[in-house]
Amino acid sequence: MTSTPAQLSRLLALVPYLLSHPGTAIADVAAEFGISEQRLRQELDLLWVCGLPGHGPGDLIDFSFEGDTVSVIESAGVDRPLRLTVDEALALVVALRALAETPGLLARDAVARALAKVEQAAGNSALPAGRVEVAVEGQERVLPVVQQALDERRRLHLSYYVPARDETTDRDVDPMRVLVVEGRTYLEAWCRRTEGLRLFRLDRVESVELLDAPAEPPPDAEPRDIAQGLFVPSAEALLVTLALRPAAAWVADYHPCESVQEGSDGGLTVRLRVADPAWARRLALRLGPLGRILAPAELAEQVRAEAAAALAAYGEAAPAS
Amino acid sequence: MNLVICLLATRRYLTVQQIRAAVPGYNQDTEEAFRRMFERDKEELRELGIPLETGTNSVAHDDEAGYRIARRDYELPEISLEPDEAAALGLAARLWQSAPLAGATGSALLKLRAAGVDAPESSGVLETRVAAREPAFPRCWDAVRDGRSVRFAYRTSGRTASEDRTVQPWGVVSWRGRWYLVGHDTGRNAQRVFRLSRVVGEVEVVGEPGSVVPPGDVDLRAAVARMAEDETRATAAVRLRAGAGWELRKDATAVRPDGNGWDVVEVGFSDPERLADRVAGYGPAAVVLSPPEAREAVVARLTALAGS
Repeated sequence: MTSTPAQLSRLLALVPYLLSHPGTAIADVAAEFGISEQRLRQELDLLWVCGLPGHGPGDLIDFSFEGDTVSVIESAGVDRPLRLTVDEALALVVALRALAETPGLLARDAVARALAKVEQAAGNSALPAGRVEVAVEGQERVLPVVQQALDERRRLHLSYYVPARDETTDRDVDPMRVLVVEGRTYLEAWCRRTEGLRLFRLDRVESVELLDAPAEPPPDAEPRDIAQGLFVPSAEALLVTLALRPAAAWVADYHPCESVQEGSDGGLTVRLRVADPAWARRLALRLGPLGRILAPAELAEQVRAEAAAALAAYGEAAPAS
Repeated sequence: MNLVICLLATRRYLTVQQIRAAVPGYNQDTEEAFRRMFERDKEELRELGIPLETGTNSVAHDDEAGYRIARRDYELPEISLEPDEAAALGLAARLWQSAPLAGATGSALLKLRAAGVDAPESSGVLETRVAAREPAFPRCWDAVRDGRSVRFAYRTSGRTASEDRTVQPWGVVSWRGRWYLVGHDTGRNAQRVFRLSRVVGEVEVVGEPGSVVPPGDVDLRAAVARMAEDETRATAAVRLRAGAGWELRKDATAVRPDGNGWDVVEVGFSDPERLADRVAGYGPAAVVLSPPEAREAVVARLTALAGS
């Protein structure tokens, strides 16, 4: 019988799965294995002719079908799934360890117990796990209050720093969930001031207060799909064109760009959408000679004026342009 | 499939001919065709991590060597999780956004489910995600997993030219969304930390599996923290408009009012350019008072912009 490794892997898991989940609907089994119902039926047919040498009664794999459900009658010895491979063990163990060190978030105890059990079941496959680490920023200051607000469904008052404007704003928010993405912790909440779903980076929360009012995000407030990344600029946001020297190429890595063109000198011309022009001005000031706003012209002029004003504060006259 | 069942079921080692006779699908073809099929099937088993044992049944005679699969080496050990442990596992399972690791997690969970351990799918009030977008990551993961060395071209920060490096990897670390490789740089004969986004081109994995054994006392995270974060080598005095410069104030070792709605803060920094990174963005709301080299670094940036 010819099969791909993926198919063989699936067949070896299918029999034990059906043993431990008797009478499951075929549609559900197919969904579980990520294949179509038709495919599943083909593979059940394949398994039906598999079995022990001799192929006498009791040697062949056998199923029973009742309505739209399926159960295993004879497993031909394939009772338990294959052990975890090293990649599988590492992926799970490293993920659990990363969770274990996110303080204040989950019952640490449950994570620790799950980790111990998975490590034991993985055996030697998990040995290299000490060589992979995911660092998570500690958030003991703010996170416990946020956690309590989520548990008790209560509103929070935040004093939150907005870097683009270099100002701290006060607002009431209805917490919805906590996201830990790329090592940083965020609160996704309904902001009652701006009446929109917002993401608050916890290390920018200056202070937080648990309020008595219940959290009541609007029923249609959808948690964002973070599969595409946390920050997806809206199509109406201002489009800025930046010329970047090679040493500033990191900007294209850190922010989603609409286009990136490489120049002959290794520099980049990027176009990116910016929710707040102040953010772009701050970036330009920081980059200095390594970056240049090509468009829009008004933004470039604002940067020039701001730099001149800052130079005046240093007691240096701005160079004649 | 039949090969696996056959080798799982037997307690004795089965010779190649016995296997050919016992497993349907092997017996029709020529000897040569059978051998090819058998070799291909064995390779498939190896790829899946199915442990094939070879040996002979009898010690005394020179019996032909045979194959079998020891059940205890094949099977996932017994495991059962309490509901809160299963919830933790379900959460951990959604961590990886990188395709190969997400795939490994998915197949791991499928095996666990086949053993009766069901981890819940639904997400609640917590989500965690880690991606691995650097092209160098998959090879470095493989090398770390297998204990093998790596060779790659590397661009040190700020430079455009790259240099070839050979490293005995001790581990990989995800720090603030970037992956780093920690290991022994054989060319420099010292521990080094490499940011994977600065690797140029392909990573070559070399050496025998198990040839690299990390020292027992390596603190991977501390090594990366030292490289990723700024070490403090000097202190700057920065004049800030009241209410401005929150990020500097947070790191300040001292803050004192300076009159007229301004404060002066003292912050540690590693080098003038890194300080300028933190100050220049505030524009006229921040003025570096000292030391001179930090002041000059900011002035240079502003001058370039003001004259453009």
